[in-house]
Amino acid sequence: MKQISGAIFLALLCVFPLFAGDFYINLASQILIAAIFAMSLNLLVGYGGLTSLGHASFLGFAAYASAWFTTQMGLGVGTAAVASIVATMVMAGLFGMIALRATGLGFLMITLALSQVLWGLAYRWVAVTNGDNGMSGLARPAPFGISLDSGANYYWFTLVVFVVAYWLMAIFVSSAFGSALRGTRDQARRMSALGHEVWMIRWITFIYAGFWGAVSGLLYVYYTKYIHPSSLSITASAEGLLSVIAGGSGTLGGPLVGSALLIILKNYASAYVERWNMLLGFVFLFIVLVLPEGIVPGLKRIFSRRQGGQS
Amino acid sequence: MATEALKIEHIDAFYGDSHVLHGVSLSLKEGQVLALLGRNGAGKTTCISSIIGLVAPRNGTISLFGETISGLPPETISRTGVGLVPQGRRIFPSLTVKENLVIARQRESDDPKSWNLQRIFGLFPRLEERQQQLAGSLSGGEQQMLALGRALMGNPRVLLLDEPSEGLAPLIVAEVGRTIALLKQEGQSIILVEQNSNLALSLADDVMILNTGRVVFSGPASEVIGNDALITQHLGIFHGH
Repeated sequence: MKQISGAIFLALLCVFPLFAGDFYINLASQILIAAIFAMSLNLLVGYGGLTSLGHASFLGFAAYASAWFTTQMGLGVGTAAVASIVATMVMAGLFGMIALRATGLGFLMITLALSQVLWGLAYRWVAVTNGDNGMSGLARPAPFGISLDSGANYYWFTLVVFVVAYWLMAIFVSSAFGSALRGTRDQARRMSALGHEVWMIRWITFIYAGFWGAVSGLLYVYYTKYIHPSSLSITASAEGLLSVIAGGSGTLGGPLVGSALLIILKNYASAYVERWNMLLGFVFLFIVLVLPEGIVPGLKRIFSRRQGGQS
Repeated sequence: MATEALKIEHIDAFYGDSHVLHGVSLSLKEGQVLALLGRNGAGKTTCISSIIGLVAPRNGTISLFGETISGLPPETISRTGVGLVPQGRRIFPSLTVKENLVIARQRESDDPKSWNLQRIFGLFPRLEERQQQLAGSLSGGEQQMLALGRALMGNPRVLLLDEPSEGLAPLIVAEVGRTIALLKQEGQSIILVEQNSNLALSLADDVMILNTGRVVFSGPASEVIGNDALITQHLGIFHGH
């Protein structure tokens, strides 16, 4: 049943550009990119119990790195993509060593501080980042010679990456390593008493989350063909965190639903309502009050209660 | 003479500035059960935490089959062969029963007595029935079996049981007792911490009684059974006036 509805949903996603206009196709691409970003953050927040407020570091850094490698170093888009991902993972390794000295609020503050450092650099290190003007004139990749310049082609490209990301992250969290990760969230001391190196489990997860954060950053920079320091800002990190919490942290589908909600509100509602931020606030307030565990687990709970009542 | 599975020599343990264990020593022989008794706050759990490395003793040494383990981090001590069933069970509530067991898998060998998923399920059929269920939804008794199974999955050379009967119905306590007896029969070396001294005395070879962080008795279980004066003075629960 679950597999069938999943397959139908995927099929709908595939044919979506055939009957939707460019505005909606682009909106859907943005949702998928934001969903990969939120899913990678969810590995830390939902499965590891490590709430990060600096996840935009990975998205922004990879995006800047790709822009810099292509425009300043003259690398091809593909080579630059690999180099950017590797560089972001190295950075994630270093950031993890610093941030994972703490958990809870301490971890949150350190990740926030580190991302603010990057944000400051992007603003001030004009020679490399072009400061507040951002870096423009970027190109999209052309895998197998297929141009991704049309909205629909780019959407399909993003969808392929999204499906692979979803699949690999699903494997990650349901593997023995994923169980161990959830174990460290439940009872960290017990995990060490069972012979697990808690720090190492968290560090590997941090780097893996950084990897997918970098992938979403590349998709983001290809999509906008432009990068600005705001993609490293606390707002970008917080939006990812909101998507995870609203959709349902620690679930696979939650970040996708949360991201869809956020992007639709941000892009669609803002065309009709001037103070769309207020609307966003109300929506999240509603979620916190009515479905405190997030949309996906919350609806599941309500749905199963309904079914239980009927039988 | 049986070899010494676990030996503690004169350890002192502290929580911050408060001195909890004062020069505690104990010795567990291979294949035997040592009961660690004492009132609430006597230092029993601290003693267990010191062995597994969650509390670092300030003085003294702890050794497992002659190998010093004190000062090592808990994950290393666990891999050396110490298994812990913690007080209050502390299973992972958001993992399934099977996942709880699988993440604890260690030191598996070809020995038919080596613990694996099948043998745990053979010992506790209830866990097999509920293997896909979230462990948080199990009853107290089932959680205790899961905690035991989880510790056994690590194939420990020494098993530490911290109040396995706590908060369980008498029927379940009896089942826990039977399981411990079975493990003992298989040659498992066990340190059993208990408030329920009847259960502990029925299983133990040797007994050690702690009172406010000091060893006040150490000897064979037969010397404790029937020694009302000792029981009243240091455990003081059955024969109060």
